[in-house]
Amino acid sequence: MASYSEVGKEAVQAKGWFGAYKWLILRRLSQVSVFLLFLLGPLAGVWIIKGNLSSSLLLDRVPMTEPILFLQMLAAGMAPAVDALIGVLIVSLFYLLVGGRVFCSWVCPLNWVTDAAYWTRERLGIRGGARFSRGLRYWMLGMVVVLSAVTGTLAFEMFNPVSIVQRGIIFGMGLAWAVILAVFLFDLLVAKRGWCSHLCPMGGLYGLIGQLSPLRIRADQRASCNDCMDCFAVCPEPQVIKPALKGAGKGVGPVILAGECTNCGRCIDVCSKDVFNFGLRFNNEEKVESLRGTTQQP
Amino acid sequence: MGTKVSDDNPAGGTSQATRRQFLAEMARTACGIGLLGLGIGVYAQRAGALPAQALRPPGALPEEEFLAACTRCGLCIRGCPYDMLHLGRLGDGVPLGTPYFFARQAGCEMCEDIPCVPVCPTGALSHELTDINKARMGLAVVSDQETCIAFLGLRCEVCFNICPIRGKAITLEKEHNVRSGKHARFLPVVHSEHCTGCGKCEEGCILEEAAIRVLPKHLVQGKLASHYRKGWEEKAKAGESLVTPDLEHRYNLPEGVRYEHGGKGLILEKAETPAPSGPADVLNRGLEGR
Repeated sequence: MASYSEVGKEAVQAKGWFGAYKWLILRRLSQVSVFLLFLLGPLAGVWIIKGNLSSSLLLDRVPMTEPILFLQMLAAGMAPAVDALIGVLIVSLFYLLVGGRVFCSWVCPLNWVTDAAYWTRERLGIRGGARFSRGLRYWMLGMVVVLSAVTGTLAFEMFNPVSIVQRGIIFGMGLAWAVILAVFLFDLLVAKRGWCSHLCPMGGLYGLIGQLSPLRIRADQRASCNDCMDCFAVCPEPQVIKPALKGAGKGVGPVILAGECTNCGRCIDVCSKDVFNFGLRFNNEEKVESLRGTTQQP
Repeated sequence: MGTKVSDDNPAGGTSQATRRQFLAEMARTACGIGLLGLGIGVYAQRAGALPAQALRPPGALPEEEFLAACTRCGLCIRGCPYDMLHLGRLGDGVPLGTPYFFARQAGCEMCEDIPCVPVCPTGALSHELTDINKARMGLAVVSDQETCIAFLGLRCEVCFNICPIRGKAITLEKEHNVRSGKHARFLPVVHSEHCTGCGKCEEGCILEEAAIRVLPKHLVQGKLASHYRKGWEEKAKAGESLVTPDLEHRYNLPEGVRYEHGGKGLILEKAETPAPSGPADVLNRGLEGR
């Protein structure tokens, strides 16, 4: 693998600068839009959406509620109110359709921080750090639920950097900047992509929701992969790529099926051979691929 | 260690090693998560305590349930037309992200349509509250009689007049001013039956530090033991004394003078007093309207 500053150079040469950054730009636009949408009310008095990501009201009509908050409420022993129930169904259905962790890469305000930390970490060449077991975020999710049940409050919300940061931006920071700094330093020095890719229980829950999503990244042109490894370098969850990309001949289809995939689309950007594309999870047979596979194998 | 198995079964060594690795990793993760959870739990318990002067918006569930139901979304704050509700920021000392107000800064204006309540998506602010007069955000208490100027004998009555449930939640009790010997004191008295805990009295108190405060009800209100009965109430209910029949108290008074207990007091039955007349008698008679 080339050094981090080399990653994507081939893609820029092959597809031009915009081609190599298209999905990243779109993703940042999406994050900024969500960000501004929530700030439009308090700053400009234009109330398209009220509240914050925990719970909000769109156009004074459509309620939305964060699934992990709903889960904590249930665990803490509260009967769900109608608005919260409708809200959590709307949000869950949306992410069920477009990919659970689309929240993480296209919406979550903390993604700026952790992406910046990762970028800095690679630029500075910081290696090593804490290693976590792969399922850690699901343990975290379990811990959050147990904690709510034991304390009878939404205990994790006292700690959850995602809601702290977004609420801070909308309703006043207080010491929330310290949380941003803490997450940045944690990702920079303690663990590579530590928060988003290992610890965050929201990512865990969205990952579970996303297991069934129809919208997926596909490595349809995996036969033309030249093993440059750039996709692995940019992917926040590199383990999800391998089965789909290298599964030809092993009976594994070209669709990235892991719930952990955030549908960020950076792999599409960074690939000079256009191996990846957005698509649906269906038609995941290996047939088309295996034809090419057999011609290569002998 | 552990090689005996692999003697019999060459594959056993590796599978046992990976199983051991797996178990060790599981144990490591479980311990880490357990510790982290314990830490967050303890922190949440400490940081979840509401300071006494912070009041919840109208309709808030009892604090324990409230902390389980509130999603920290701030929709109630957006609903409030007076911007007197705040969302607990990190470092504010209020449970993070939950709505509160300080009565001294700005009390609840008690809007008739209670716009902060119906927007609450989880019912942490109970939608059953439709009459703002039934809200119980806290309870006012005259916390300092040494500085309250009504107790010092001055006419103030700001808390009485600013109270949205004027004349019911706070009344003025007239009392003889013993210090001057000739004036009345108009003392504010809070009635929990009507007080909504809106905080306007504390906000309006003219002192540098308010002498009337609104605090969470459980910090203020006393409770009689369940077996206590108020004799006069029981008597009124029964229509007669519940113990031995009341004997009429006999006063040892001069002829022609009567004392009405709990009423007019001393009554002179005859216009003319039997005592010899003097200048003072003439004056007294004048007072009686003659």
